[in-house]
Amino acid sequence: MSLPNGSAGVAAPPVATPGATNTHQRPIQEVDAITIRFAGDSGDGMQVVGTQFTNTSALVGNDIATFPDFPAEIRAPAGTLAGVSGFQVHFSSQAIHTPGDVLNALVVMNPAALKTNLRDLEAGGFLIVNTDGFDKSDLTKAKYTSDPLEDGSLAGYRVIRVAITKLNIEAVKDCGLTPREQDRCKNFFALGLVYWMYERPLEPTLKWIQSKFAKNPAVMEANIRTLKAGYNYGETVELMPVQYRVSKAKIAPGTYCKITGNDAIALGLVAAALQAGRTMVYAGYPITPASSVLEKLAEMRRFGIKTFQAEDEIAAAGVAIGASFGGAIGVTGTSGPGICLKSEAIGLAVMTELPLVIVNVQRGGPSTGLPTKTEQADLLQVMFGRNGESPAAVIAPMSPTDCFTMAMEAVCIATRFMCPVFLLSDGYLANGSEPWNITEASKLPTIDIRYATESNMGDWGGAAHKLSTATDSEGGGAGKFLPYRRDDMLARPWAVPGTPGLEHRIGGIEKQDVTGNINYEPSNHEHMVRTRAKKIENIALTIPDLEVRGPEDAELLVIGWGGTYGSITTAVDRAHRKGLKVAQAHLRYLNPMPKNTAEVLGRFKKILVPELNAGQLLMLLRAKYLVPAEGLNKIQGKPFLISEIEAAIEQRLK
Amino acid sequence: MSATPLPTLTTKELTSDQEVRWCPGCGDYSILAQMRKALTTVGLPREKLAFISGIGCSSRFPYYMNTYGFHTIHGRAPTFATGLKLANPDLQVWVVTGDGDGLSIGGNHTLHVLRRNVDVKVLLFNNEIYGLTKGQYSPTSRTGTKTKTSPTGSIETPVHALAFAVAAEATFVARTIDVDVQHMVATLQRAAAHKGAAFVEIYQNCKIFNDGVFDYATDKSVKADNILYLEHGKPMVFGKDRNKGIRLMGLQPEVVEIGKDCGLDDILVHDENSPDPTLANMLARFTVPKFPEVVGVLRAVKKPTYNEVTDGLIAAAVEKNRGTVADLFKADDIWTVE
Repeated sequence: MSLPNGSAGVAAPPVATPGATNTHQRPIQEVDAITIRFAGDSGDGMQVVGTQFTNTSALVGNDIATFPDFPAEIRAPAGTLAGVSGFQVHFSSQAIHTPGDVLNALVVMNPAALKTNLRDLEAGGFLIVNTDGFDKSDLTKAKYTSDPLEDGSLAGYRVIRVAITKLNIEAVKDCGLTPREQDRCKNFFALGLVYWMYERPLEPTLKWIQSKFAKNPAVMEANIRTLKAGYNYGETVELMPVQYRVSKAKIAPGTYCKITGNDAIALGLVAAALQAGRTMVYAGYPITPASSVLEKLAEMRRFGIKTFQAEDEIAAAGVAIGASFGGAIGVTGTSGPGICLKSEAIGLAVMTELPLVIVNVQRGGPSTGLPTKTEQADLLQVMFGRNGESPAAVIAPMSPTDCFTMAMEAVCIATRFMCPVFLLSDGYLANGSEPWNITEASKLPTIDIRYATESNMGDWGGAAHKLSTATDSEGGGAGKFLPYRRDDMLARPWAVPGTPGLEHRIGGIEKQDVTGNINYEPSNHEHMVRTRAKKIENIALTIPDLEVRGPEDAELLVIGWGGTYGSITTAVDRAHRKGLKVAQAHLRYLNPMPKNTAEVLGRFKKILVPELNAGQLLMLLRAKYLVPAEGLNKIQGKPFLISEIEAAIEQRLK
Repeated sequence: MSATPLPTLTTKELTSDQEVRWCPGCGDYSILAQMRKALTTVGLPREKLAFISGIGCSSRFPYYMNTYGFHTIHGRAPTFATGLKLANPDLQVWVVTGDGDGLSIGGNHTLHVLRRNVDVKVLLFNNEIYGLTKGQYSPTSRTGTKTKTSPTGSIETPVHALAFAVAAEATFVARTIDVDVQHMVATLQRAAAHKGAAFVEIYQNCKIFNDGVFDYATDKSVKADNILYLEHGKPMVFGKDRNKGIRLMGLQPEVVEIGKDCGLDDILVHDENSPDPTLANMLARFTVPKFPEVVGVLRAVKKPTYNEVTDGLIAAAVEKNRGTVADLFKADDIWTVE
């Protein structure tokens, strides 16, 4: 989109009477998309108003994508740079895949929010400033030496000055709230103002306020009044010379809701358990940004899901594996530091060949790193971060809604192949949201999970497998079940404790194939290492091929994985509009990769691998397929801008 | 209603086909034999029994039981047992651990499985040494114990396993000794019958690396003076001549001679059901030579188990409003695109 350049610094008019109506008509300008960010102190309620703005935009028919950006500190000292919380909404009349590169409008409640967010506002963009938040001490806390509202540093933007704090107090003063409670309503004044700017209806938010504060009529009334006051204020004082209109998007028919990646993972796991008709145990230890999966599941008891908050990350993995041993679908969820701690237990699941789903919502690392920021730097960790030859399946959703599909897929693979499956999400997918076509999503595949119910000794030759150390003659009723006798995919049977006649023992020590008896023989170990690896490779026989999008004669392939899908897709779309010969593929299955991957990579002269790490998929592709792929790498805790990928594509096709 | 007879098992039926590979003379042989004996009459079929272990000599135990078994990783057996019990509440789940496995690397999990009152039975084989790694001091080794990693003697204060269990809110706490076979069978059966987290410390001799460390508790010539057999509702009397007892002076226990220092009525009476853990804690800390070391049940109290509570909450939620696949697609803010 492009906006007309206006002169900077729209002066704040005198306080108008809230609620007054104005019928002046502004010229209307149609635009494809708007990106707006609400930024304030972490106690200012920016996440709430951002969410409300998103919901309303979805209801009026726009395509939407959101991204919250909040500090690791829960309540850093008010007004400081560390305490700034933001919520970005991208809404459009076209299909969109990202929360937007640059901001067309920025709402700031204080100087700290201005300082930390201004760099993302486009030149000439709208800057809505709560002038009441800019007194001397606020400026000092944000480490401003001069007042940016006065010193001319905002000259490149269209500044809209609004005394939000005072106007809000004026609107809510008769509601019977304490001064502190009154002040806390000001986010809804700001929201009302922005609703007016972009022609959004108030009704959805009014409805939400009524239900949210049903038990507190004074707060309900105050929030309603200030929301309306904000709207009316915009209209009365004609804050903007034009009204921007973002029409309805052409979206596939169906019923939609908005969903974040973490919620989608939770729902996908539950859907898998219900479709399989099996118990699910989800064990987790609180960790950013994965905790909300555990929280979401904890409120879903009526679906029969058992959640367990463990004493630590290791225990969470142990509980999940123990549950799998017991015949449940064992799932544990965490972020990178938690994977470090769980590694030994995951190795045991590899060795004992038990199903296990490990959700890793990646964040910036190493160590504690950037807990609330996104990164894709755990790929090699989950591929190789265990002792010994310890292969596990790795899959990665590419969007918030794909988290649902891939969570189900993780359960299918884990239970079909009796192996651990990593579901690699990231902070960007976890907290970002997009519309979810629930009409489509509700068409679920069936999941068939089979337990062993009877002896599998039947046609077993036996003698060749007899173990020198076993003393069968001593056994009493032993040996009716062969826990490592494999099927055509090399998966072993799952015999659940409680099943008569199938009593057996498993463990982390190397074992003889078929019998599962402890075995240290050199050739057996190599056989077992290769068998476990082959079993994981066999997963490729059951997953979809890698799809390629783009012209037949494309010279360049852009291949990514995980949450970068939206940025890559939009960048490739733009390149196509410019006539560039570029193709796109996105790996949702990373171990094993789809069986046509080598063929796809071989088709292109150039391969570009954008990743939010120092080049991890790049290393795998080069090592495995011997292709001259190049990386595009960003390690800033932030998603790719579309323009960054677009520029990299153009550079390679010059 | 006719009563269905409870299943009984033979020790042979409980024996797997695996060769037992502990060192000759190891106390673990006795524990294995007594466990098989104890389980013959607990009234459960083999398939309802599961043994979960960590790492260490003790942790080979599951391979030798013809039940379900899982030999897991170092220190973490309680977590696997918790998961197993969550998935499959009908099982009787035993955790077999040692002093290093359960109180050093896995101390955290021992604490939490007991605190939560998960319905599992934790058997801690205490030999005060790391055996499988060939003889390093453990968290229960006495100060001064000379080992390969403490050549001039351990400088650390040992942990009292039972005091740890009491502090962790275990609802059943007991101790027995590898060579005291009848007492062990009875203690294991008590643990099996307990609903909730049961913790049993077993003094176990390591023939190779710590031989004789419990001689004071097993040698017939001195045993009676060093061991106090606890019995619920009975005075705490011990000694070769059954003339020594425990008397409480204020908050301090003392060993007294009955008939000389006081009468039998002055001797402290054991109450394993006391909701207050003070008595159990005091007994757990008795150490030779100042006091006799206690064997038997220190504490057995009733409390809802983790499994009862969690399964109850789920059952209630399901009964009230069972969640279906269709419910997954119901949200507060939905919109329709035509």
